[in-house]
Amino acid sequence: MGYSKSLISHHFEMKITSIALFFLIPFFIFTFGSVIGEDHNTVVEYLSMPFPALIVALTLIIGLQHFQSGAQTLIEDYIRGLGYKIALIFVKALSYFLMAVGLYSIGKIAL
Amino acid sequence: MVQLRLPRNSRVLTGKTWPKPEGASNIRKFKIYRWSPEDNDNPRVDTYFVDLDTCGPMILDALIKIKSEIDPTLTFRRSCREGICGSCAMNIDGINTLACIYGLDEVKGDVNIYPLPHMPVIKDLIPDLTNFYAQHASIMPWLETKTNTPAQEWKQSIEDRKKLDGLYECVMCASCSTSCPSYWWNSDRYLGPAALLHAYRWIIDSRDQATGERLDDLDDPFKLYRCHTIMNCAKTCPKGLNPALAIAEVKKLMVEKTN
Repeated sequence: MGYSKSLISHHFEMKITSIALFFLIPFFIFTFGSVIGEDHNTVVEYLSMPFPALIVALTLIIGLQHFQSGAQTLIEDYIRGLGYKIALIFVKALSYFLMAVGLYSIGKIAL
Repeated sequence: MVQLRLPRNSRVLTGKTWPKPEGASNIRKFKIYRWSPEDNDNPRVDTYFVDLDTCGPMILDALIKIKSEIDPTLTFRRSCREGICGSCAMNIDGINTLACIYGLDEVKGDVNIYPLPHMPVIKDLIPDLTNFYAQHASIMPWLETKTNTPAQEWKQSIEDRKKLDGLYECVMCASCSTSCPSYWWNSDRYLGPAALLHAYRWIIDSRDQATGERLDDLDDPFKLYRCHTIMNCAKTCPKGLNPALAIAEVKKLMVEKTN
């Protein structure tokens, strides 16, 4: 089987991350929303608790994974040649960079 | 690459306004896209006034009346005038459809008529469908058999025949493909809804013996998988068919084949 396998995995990845975000986003708004407007120390203290830290970390990873899959489809549709490769590498690198920075920050606060 | 604005020589200008018919009381205004390769001018929109009291009920009747009585240079395809040949597909009031089965009473206000979108124009309302027909030919729109038996008639059960309903009725008017944004951007590589509907029509035919080869041929990042279920094809089809459903069925067969 040629391209279908990778395209089907891409399709399932989009579906699974969509379903995960459907449940995670309300949790994220509920947890993070409760400390909006609070001072820095309160926010840091709140994020150092396991449950809020876990929700933020999961939303960050799955959200960015969903973003890069969606952006890949856009790039495949609209950009060709060398620009296609550069845009795809840029989006993937940006996503993984933001994941790494986000996880490092959450880890630093929580641990 | 995506272009946000038309090139300077492709921008549509305001064209000629033809005089209203004398003594007519029931008049309808038609704004029709005009372009001829012989003029070396930009495309323009000409305005015509048609006396509805002496005109048939369909958009095609009005176009034929304009060509016969007002402007013989207006160019468009037409043949069967009953939605069977697919020749008179054009963009009417923002919808890709067949002029022969689209009623004048279905359009509110002025009637705006353009050629099918995002296709090269040969003249006026006639798009160049060379690529569209080549894509249809590429899906092998015929029965492929590998055995000589039975030597005579290849019979089909009533249930198997029913699977072709909603597929065989397609008249290849190109309304669906030219309404599809994915086809607009990637028509050189994505087959588009019409060709894929026909592909499914032959894949699902119980008498065909080349299902594997047909699916292998569609196993490509662009031919099939540029369909993002936008559904414009199903919305616009003048025959009421659902190419998006046929594409989804092909994708399901691909999953089964992969597993």
